[in-house]
Amino acid sequence: MLPAPGALTRAGAGVGRLGSIWRMARAKPLGAIGAAIVVGLLVMALGADWIAPYQYDESIARMKAPSHQFWLGTDNLGRDIWSRVVYGARISVTVGFATVALATLMAAAVGISSAYLGGAYDIVVQRIVDAWQSFPGLVIILSLMAVLGPGLLNLIVALSILGAAGASRVIRGAALSVMQHPYIEAARAMGAGHLRIVLRYIVPNVMATVIVLATIGLGSVILVESALSFLGFGVPPPYPSWGGMVAGSGRTFMYHAPWMVLCPGAAISLAVFGFNMLGDALRDLLDPRLRGGS
Amino acid sequence: MRLYVLRRLLVALPSLLIATFIVFALPRLLPGDVVQMMLEEKAYGKDLDDLRAKLGLDRPLAVQYGVWLGEVARGRLGESLWTRQPVVTELIRRLPITLMLGTIALAVSIVIGVPIGVLSAVRQDGAADFVARSGAILGLSIPPFMLAIVAILLPAIWWGWTPLVSFTEWSKDPITYVVQFLLPSFILGVASAAGIMRLTRAQLLEVLRHDYVRTAWAKGLRERVVVLKHSLKNALIPVVTVLGLQVAQIAGGSVVIETVFSIPGTGQFLVDAISQRDYPVIQGINLVIVATIVACNLAVDLLYAVLDPRIRY
Repeated sequence: MLPAPGALTRAGAGVGRLGSIWRMARAKPLGAIGAAIVVGLLVMALGADWIAPYQYDESIARMKAPSHQFWLGTDNLGRDIWSRVVYGARISVTVGFATVALATLMAAAVGISSAYLGGAYDIVVQRIVDAWQSFPGLVIILSLMAVLGPGLLNLIVALSILGAAGASRVIRGAALSVMQHPYIEAARAMGAGHLRIVLRYIVPNVMATVIVLATIGLGSVILVESALSFLGFGVPPPYPSWGGMVAGSGRTFMYHAPWMVLCPGAAISLAVFGFNMLGDALRDLLDPRLRGGS
Repeated sequence: MRLYVLRRLLVALPSLLIATFIVFALPRLLPGDVVQMMLEEKAYGKDLDDLRAKLGLDRPLAVQYGVWLGEVARGRLGESLWTRQPVVTELIRRLPITLMLGTIALAVSIVIGVPIGVLSAVRQDGAADFVARSGAILGLSIPPFMLAIVAILLPAIWWGWTPLVSFTEWSKDPITYVVQFLLPSFILGVASAAGIMRLTRAQLLEVLRHDYVRTAWAKGLRERVVVLKHSLKNALIPVVTVLGLQVAQIAGGSVVIETVFSIPGTGQFLVDAISQRDYPVIQGINLVIVATIVACNLAVDLLYAVLDPRIRY
């Protein structure tokens, strides 16, 4: 008796998918390591309540060195540093993904519209982007935070505004390249409206560039957020931001309890390393035109 | 060449003008906060309106911008809302310190980044390349403030040595003045060096594949001549572009490094001003930073013409 239609699967389909992931991992080992780190970070962020043995603000034993009970030691207020690092991953992932999502949306809107409309609009927008990019990132973020005030949402908005400018230039370049293709002209000849051309033809064809920028951008966002928290303008306490853990009591007690500063610092570096490696690998696979620094 | 310089100047001016508007508008997105803060803490005036009039914040934004721009053209950047001291006076004292830090950091990034990038490209996929690329990736991943803290912490643990706590002025001891910048500048330069190394490597690899390089090899020229004389100059053009961007990155990084090492530069000044919402100081510092970066980008554009006479746009 023959199997029902739809029940048939291509022979070796499941193995093929796993096989192609394995082949990609072998081709880009650093990218695979980066992906593993990113997955680990996401697991920590989502499962913090189950992974962390204590709450992030629970006081247990002061200034204990790393041990079997306290894997990364405790701080001056008796809080378990491993638990705070795990909950800090939630902050970093939330800020990182939210910022990148908002920045990518803004960058795509500005970049694609600038490329599509062209003319005076493009010139004015690009001059504004040029001027915006003249500002050092941290300086503009600090100034924005001074205006918006502290808070997680304000931090995300400020970081998004900063990241959108540079990304819009790259997306504009990709959109300009897509617009040279004959299928765009064919779409116009068929009577497609502007919105249809942009959404149906341009956006899908710049998605590779957008994905690469977003992944690489995540690493930068985590770096900037940690620097802001270090300076006291990031996520306010008692939330355990990694940068905030390094500043304040971390720096104050670093000679007596170096783990208070080294452990969150290592967490930041590992997270940024993971996103950078994953972004590099995705860039090589999806859009090698962006290659320039590897 | 003169026409090229003039064209680049004309292109730089609109960017600078837009940047001044951004500098002016940014702190004013939420008017009234600093006035309320000042009234609550220091009781500078009878009421909010009186204080706003005293500080010139009651006039229309366009008028405020025009007045401010006119003052800037005359070299006046206003007064601190808290101390009532001219912003220019404090900047004249602090800016040379930040410039010293940034200049040494930029030099470090070039001296480390370019040679290692060249070595990495010439020895592609070898042990030196792997070590260099891994080092670059680490340099890009570790936050500068962590590098600074580790640079202070580890010598303290191993050898009982810590850097100076107080800042030594040039007039007191010139040698100590320069030496105290070495560690912070090195840390600030390392992160930039990583990016420059990666780009130098990528660009040199691309140039080494060109036909004229193959011809040079075929002529029997030594490796040093082929790489340094024939290839490096072309490979450095995009690297010079990135150097202009690195100036912005170093300016931002100096804020963190000055905080860690307690260096009284413009970075620390900015952090204090932001904590107090001292808008004239924030504006003054941002304007000076932006003007410096625009000038550096202009210098980069002019350097293009020297590196490659074909470039005239």
